Amino acid sequence: MSNSPNPNQPGMETLPGGAMSSLVLPRGMTLRLVALAPGANVSALFFNADHLLERFNMPDTLKAQHTAFLTRGHVLYSDMGRILVSIADDSCGWHDPICGFTDAKSTEDRYGKSSFQKDGNAFFRNGRDNFLIEMGKYGLGRPDLGPCVNFFSKAWVDDSGDIHYAGNHAPVGCSVDIRAEMKTLVFLSNTPHPFNPDLPYAPAPVGLQWLNTGPADLTDICGLSCPENARGYSNTETYNLRTR
Amino acid sequence: MPTLNYVESPRMPENAVHDEVLEAGLGWIHPLKRGQYFRILDLEGNQAVDTLFYSTADPADRYSAVDTIRRQGNIFLTAGTTLISQDGHELLRIVADTCGRHDTLGGACSAESNTVRYALGKKHMHSCRDSFLLTLAESHGRDEGLAPLGKRDLTANINFFMNVPVDAEGRLSFADGVSSPGKYVELLALMDVTVLISNCPQLNNPCNAYNPTPIRLSVWDPD
Repeated sequence: MSNSPNPNQPGMETLPGGAMSSLVLPRGMTLRLVALAPGANVSALFFNADHLLERFNMPDTLKAQHTAFLTRGHVLYSDMGRILVSIADDSCGWHDPICGFTDAKSTEDRYGKSSFQKDGNAFFRNGRDNFLIEMGKYGLGRPDLGPCVNFFSKAWVDDSGDIHYAGNHAPVGCSVDIRAEMKTLVFLSNTPHPFNPDLPYAPAPVGLQWLNTGPADLTDICGLSCPENARGYSNTETYNLRTR
Repeated sequence: MPTLNYVESPRMPENAVHDEVLEAGLGWIHPLKRGQYFRILDLEGNQAVDTLFYSTADPADRYSAVDTIRRQGNIFLTAGTTLISQDGHELLRIVADTCGRHDTLGGACSAESNTVRYALGKKHMHSCRDSFLLTLAESHGRDEGLAPLGKRDLTANINFFMNVPVDAEGRLSFADGVSSPGKYVELLALMDVTVLISNCPQLNNPCNAYNPTPIRLSVWDPD
């Protein structure tokens, strides 16, 4: 029997290459992303579903945890000192929060001209357009764009500050569990990592699964990984109690 | 640390068309015309200057850390760096830099992030986010041509003079400052932009040597 993930298994939805999605994760719900082909990358933005002015803050996330990448045990902070989601499990090991997403120009520069008229629904979609479409459904627009998390992608920085993209980083079947610690609106764009040099344009399909795991408990690695996260969970617990 | 890139400016203070000292703990907003030069000078050393830039005509088109990083393939800003907006436009170029390295990842301090980073009891200390919000709130209707801005317009900012290295294992640290008294960075506006600054009041972090100090802000007309 093959170990490769079966996109037809119950509860698994496939986000095709190039596609976008938005979803609300209630507190305690876990979204599992599964790489279904080589070269997977999912760019993601996160908002407090009840108060859209509160959103994922890349600098606050990195400096609280003294990290420039994300994996199991890390959490994603909002600009209000609270934990939107945590990375409860991860068989991939590194997700990139510093390189941003593709736009129309960078996509055309790398992959060539594409349009719906010419290529139909296989046209080369980009992260920015996908986000603007999906965010528009919630009244959000250009001022609400910001740094994203690129799940399944690794880009490391040398001591001169240069960024190096790690190819073949996410093996087929690897997965990451994104657990909501408060009610979170998630935007997903299944478009290539901006530093991925591979041609042609062929973003990998990604599986989405929903698991009713409950939020982190007091023994969870995400709260124990650093004292900052213990305080972040305290802030989040207070907020959840007051807004229940 | 690799050799830093130092480039001096030929512009003389006596020729500046705008010149002021901004105390630590204060915000500042100022329009720049295309072709003007803008200098931030670290008067006493090791100060962190939290800075954002907006297209004056279309403030949603603003400085983007990730687009700037992506375009140059490097996380640090120095002479030669072009600051890129989130619509992909060239906002300003750093034309002189006697410090050598400026941060794109550390963001701004806030009451809320203070509780996470330092202690729950550190909430009620002054912060850059507060200065940004107050400065934006007070600027409504004052600066001709600039649309009202608010919290959604606060994105990942530049920290001039701050040193936030990252290593190959992905560890990020707030290192000792690379700045010292009299160091400066100078930018050429490539379009009409509005500058928003918080001169950082953070007392819990070595980014400004636990001693927030004034900065000097100067503008020159095109050569």
